[in-house]
Amino acid sequence: MYNGGKIILGLAVFAGLVTFPFLYNIGQADRQPDLKLDTPVIRQMAVKHCVEPKAFMRAEHMQLLNDWRNEALRQGNREYVSSTGEKYNISLQNTCLHCHSNKKKFCDECHNYMAVHPYCFDCHLQPKENVQ
Amino acid sequence: MRALLPFITVIVLVLLAIVGVEAANLQFLFGVVIPYAAAAIFLAGVIYKVVSWGRVPVPFRIPTTCGQQKTLPWIKQSRIENPTTSAGVITRMLLEVFLFRSLFRNLKTELREGPQLSYGSDKWLWLAGLSFHWTFLLILIRHLRFFTQNVPIPVQMLEHLDSFLQIGLPLLYITDVIFLAAVTFLLIRRFTIPQVKYISLAADYFPLFLILGIGVSGVLMRYFIKTDVVGVKELTMSLVSFSPAIPKDGPGTIFYVHLFLISALFAYFPFSKLVHMGGVFLSPTRNLANNSRMVRHVNPWNYPVKVHTYEEYENDFREKMKTAGIPVEKE
Repeated sequence: MYNGGKIILGLAVFAGLVTFPFLYNIGQADRQPDLKLDTPVIRQMAVKHCVEPKAFMRAEHMQLLNDWRNEALRQGNREYVSSTGEKYNISLQNTCLHCHSNKKKFCDECHNYMAVHPYCFDCHLQPKENVQ
Repeated sequence: MRALLPFITVIVLVLLAIVGVEAANLQFLFGVVIPYAAAAIFLAGVIYKVVSWGRVPVPFRIPTTCGQQKTLPWIKQSRIENPTTSAGVITRMLLEVFLFRSLFRNLKTELREGPQLSYGSDKWLWLAGLSFHWTFLLILIRHLRFFTQNVPIPVQMLEHLDSFLQIGLPLLYITDVIFLAAVTFLLIRRFTIPQVKYISLAADYFPLFLILGIGVSGVLMRYFIKTDVVGVKELTMSLVSFSPAIPKDGPGTIFYVHLFLISALFAYFPFSKLVHMGGVFLSPTRNLANNSRMVRHVNPWNYPVKVHTYEEYENDFREKMKTAGIPVEKE
């Protein structure tokens, strides 16, 4: 090979970059999110359900929260009718966090896992468990 | 026609992933086997290509005419365009790789009435090309959040910066918008400029359609047909820790479409024009100092040539030469 040294150095850098995801995680514990639903309010519910079905909430909760924000603050509409026809008060503090009062073990579990930083609590008060 | 076949190929790839996952339940094939194979082909293929290029001798320096060569002391040398030193070459390579300096010189040629041939500056290709490559890189780096357990701080900072407009939820990424716009521009350019259309081959259209497909499927998955991202990360993390497993209520079909198109891109990469990623570093007109007048470059393929000297010739024919009256050097 001509200029072999430089080319092999370049290829080593390339191989390092490509295999970075494999190398970076060596020795790091596989930590999967572990959601907790055992808050006092949820424990007292006869039929445990959220405002929408679980699969929908998993994929679309951020969209729902955004819509709720727009409805409540920009349209002044505080009433949400779910897909099952039930009526809910549009409020992060009084509806979502009423049941899910365990932000650390609910919201943060997945958000930290996925390294996303929602800006809900830039304005909203954090649930009491976090205020120390 | 040359655009239609690549387009259909990409559609077929999408359908393959949809049918494979929805009808045949081949999650393990599309989620584990194919991505691993594609990554291996990509890594080995690019290395093979670069090594095979490295084995080609470069016997002489190719001077480029876009800058003044080093000459008499009172004539100013263009140190970057026509470098004689390693530092100059490195600067030229950096500008080439990071800013596409050669493409910046792109001109458009028009035959106007008269007939009159006119040249004009055309920076759109450079701008779209640069935006496309940079956003593609940023998007790739951003995706590391799916492949690292403790996401590195620079990756998180990049994501913050990319989504700082805070439009919608999930937050709109600026790179997504620029990326799709740039790829669309690069595609439309091939359809609308007659000269470019004339020289465009299936191998030019296929990567564009494929990359557009990857971009569109990614955007659909993030903003429209949402899927369970935690499931996606569980799958990707299992891949990078070599303990592949499909999560039990794993990600939706759209994810497998996205992943399959990416796998196709990675596997196709070393055998296509896309391998210019490695090739740009081995471009002789860019990476060689123009020092032909200072350093002697010997052809690497020069072999010892069998010669027959005059002395040997005379030894062979001395008697005959004497007889014929031809003067000889040695008696």
